[in-house]
Amino acid sequence: MKFGVIVFPGSNCDLDAYYLVRDVLREEVEYVGYDQNNLTGFDVIILPGGFTYGDYLRSGALASRTQVMEAVAGFADTGGLVLGICNGFQVLTEAGLLPGALCRNDSLQFRCRQVYVRVENSSLPVTKRTAEGKVLKMPVAHGDGSFYAPPDLLQELENRGQVVFRYVDEAGLATVDANPNGSSDNIAGIANRRGNVVGLMPHPERAGEKALGSTDGLVLFESLIGFCRGREVPDNA
Amino acid sequence: MENSLQALGFAGVDRVRVGKYLELFLEAENREEASFKVEEMSRRLLSNPVIEDYNYTLQEVKT
Repeated sequence: MKFGVIVFPGSNCDLDAYYLVRDVLREEVEYVGYDQNNLTGFDVIILPGGFTYGDYLRSGALASRTQVMEAVAGFADTGGLVLGICNGFQVLTEAGLLPGALCRNDSLQFRCRQVYVRVENSSLPVTKRTAEGKVLKMPVAHGDGSFYAPPDLLQELENRGQVVFRYVDEAGLATVDANPNGSSDNIAGIANRRGNVVGLMPHPERAGEKALGSTDGLVLFESLIGFCRGREVPDNA
Repeated sequence: MENSLQALGFAGVDRVRVGKYLELFLEAENREEASFKVEEMSRRLLSNPVIEDYNYTLQEVKT
């Protein structure tokens, strides 16, 4: 199976994602430029963190209108797995591939620290190897991470199981203090209706080795790998 | 900002909001065409309908 990491002008976590897949998980991975239009052969596309196009206009707005994003939309349409991390999450909402929007942190300050998120839906390709209620530790580093959706859409996301991760404290409680940015209902990550496109503000790719303070991010990538392997070769084949 | 305005002595200041103001030059045959193009730009890129509203004014200029 093969991962693709999209590289926009201003991406800066592309190497983190690439390194994790190649050197930690030992899987095949390739960079894909923002001007590419063909994603044939990829199983998982990662939209990495960064400050694409300097975050001009709105975070992720300009990157979401690039040629490669048309290819990503087509890829997602055919069931391809897409993971947007931090700025990649912003790009996905701006592209309309995920609902809602990411606004300025309620503190108006950049937040760079470890957070805890609770897995709210463990039936998705990206969470299959974890469990509902499982608390994962990973870092956030963003200024525009406050997830917003109008109340009726929020309710719909809850009902359909599209809320994938929620900011919690170490004990797993979704408190106000555990929410680093003022996101509605402590939402840290969501999925599209089909469940193959997921975005989250925390950085699982920076929580993949003990030296980095946490290995809790690995399970998301292992889930994706397990899902794709299952798709390639059925267990009873 | 609201606090700063109040600290400067501007009493009665309330509900301060920040928005964006964009200015651009556009070639068009007439106002209808200009209006159509601006609507398209606003809808497809300049605004995010989930969190933003927009309005615009057109002004004819000679090049």
